[in-house]
Amino acid sequence: MARFDPAAIRAQFPILATGPDGKRVHYLDNAASAQMPQAVLDAVIRFETTQRANVHRGVHRLAEAATNAYDGARAAVARYLGVTPDGIVFTSGTTAAINTVAHALGETLSAGDEIVISELEHHGNIVPWQMLAQRRGLVLRALPVTAEGTIDLTALDRVVTKKCRLIALAHASNVTGAVLDPAPVAAAARAMGARVLLDGAQRIPHGPLDLLALGCDFYAFSGHKMFAPHGIGVLWGRPDLLAALPPFLGGGGMIEQVTLERTTYATPPRRFEAGTPPIGAAIGLAAAVDWIAGLDWQAATEHEKRLTGRILDGLSAITGAHVIGPTGLQGRLGVVSVVLDGAHPHDVSQILDTHNVACRGGHHCAQPLHARFGVNGSTRASLAPYNGDDDVDAFLAGLADAAARLR
Amino acid sequence: MSDDLYQQAITTLAKAATGAGKLEHPDACETVDNPLCGDRVTMDVELTDNRIARLAHDVRGCLLCRAAASAIGSRAPGRTAGEIVQVRAGLQAMLKLCTVDPIDGWPELTAFQPVAAHKSRHDCVLLPFEALIRALDRAAY
Repeated sequence: MARFDPAAIRAQFPILATGPDGKRVHYLDNAASAQMPQAVLDAVIRFETTQRANVHRGVHRLAEAATNAYDGARAAVARYLGVTPDGIVFTSGTTAAINTVAHALGETLSAGDEIVISELEHHGNIVPWQMLAQRRGLVLRALPVTAEGTIDLTALDRVVTKKCRLIALAHASNVTGAVLDPAPVAAAARAMGARVLLDGAQRIPHGPLDLLALGCDFYAFSGHKMFAPHGIGVLWGRPDLLAALPPFLGGGGMIEQVTLERTTYATPPRRFEAGTPPIGAAIGLAAAVDWIAGLDWQAATEHEKRLTGRILDGLSAITGAHVIGPTGLQGRLGVVSVVLDGAHPHDVSQILDTHNVACRGGHHCAQPLHARFGVNGSTRASLAPYNGDDDVDAFLAGLADAAARLR
Repeated sequence: MSDDLYQQAITTLAKAATGAGKLEHPDACETVDNPLCGDRVTMDVELTDNRIARLAHDVRGCLLCRAAASAIGSRAPGRTAGEIVQVRAGLQAMLKLCTVDPIDGWPELTAFQPVAAHKSRHDCVLLPFEALIRALDRAAY
């Protein structure tokens, strides 16, 4: 097998050729937004310049072409995930997908019912459930996080009760990089008759997955973290379950028939896609999954693991650097968050920017997790297949510089 | 450009942490958060004849935020609320309009001029002023 060549992959990403000042950027902020390859850019431009029209409405040829492209995008995403298209709801992103479930499933819940999340969730998988709990008198419970930055599944027996109606957890943490084993979660949920939602925003960019084998009922993710445009995301739901849920947003496109007295709703997935959808972005997402499917993920995963090890080894040589999360390579993705003693993550990230390193500093929309570790924020490097040793080395050199200058 | 943010004057100001701490019996205490980064500034004030007699700040924030709070610690005592509002307006103009006029009586604030180029960091500098002005408003009632 040919050696994995991140430079060849990087060459497919125009933005990675030069940064804002003309120098090549070491882009390590992939957990926030990954970059788009030329194939995705081409697909979006092709649609917007040759097929642009609204979908499911007009009978003219552009509308037909746009509708075919949009439906084709749904089919492409479904194929990639190994599911049927009727379970694929296009949303604006992970947050919108989770909010859709919070409202649609939430309509079926009663006061006293319980929702279980964890201490390491992104705010996008905390706040919608808090809001739902307030609206309907539900109880929100949280699984704790271990010292290694993983969800403590030994607490499932204690936290998941007979009143539990949904367990909503991150498939992978956007801070610690820890990957959840969903099997015990699904088993605990099934034992109580509860549903499972996985926030797949961080897991989905790191290669194909067997969605149906996860044992979840809902899976939410964003396009922009998987090399697609902003403004597109997916809520996958078990088709039978989606069919039993009421809509969330009302409007055009999600109806069967409207009179002034009442409305009957379309079948899923259109029931959950009120208004004009993000058509061009959906076509970009389809191009992104095709692009992802073309990578050698065994090699890419090994490559990311090796780079993660290089980061962890390098951090161990920087005095006062502490990793939040697993310190080993098992059960994790290439997402590493670090706290530098005496240095604020915004200051660290600003200094890293002077080294042409783009990474994230702050709480990463995971304040409860940072509170769990007694810190206000962290500096995060997150990997994609286009990253190489030089990116990691620039990150480590910048971090050492920040440590020296800020203490 | 970003290197300018961490010039010696800013670092020295932050490390001096003038006014850091808590007052035992403040006339008012206000806490302000920056939702973007989770930073938090708590400001205690005591007034005499509508002027700041004493103040103390507790900052959980970045170097820029700590430096701004330290400047407040050294320059704000003896000022009125109106004077502090004027200083903040001058600082906002420096950051948002890139003015280079020194702020009368507050020479340290000139060190924040390079922050103008970094919009995401403006609130880091302004957060302690926001906390102080809210505390002064509360103390006035």
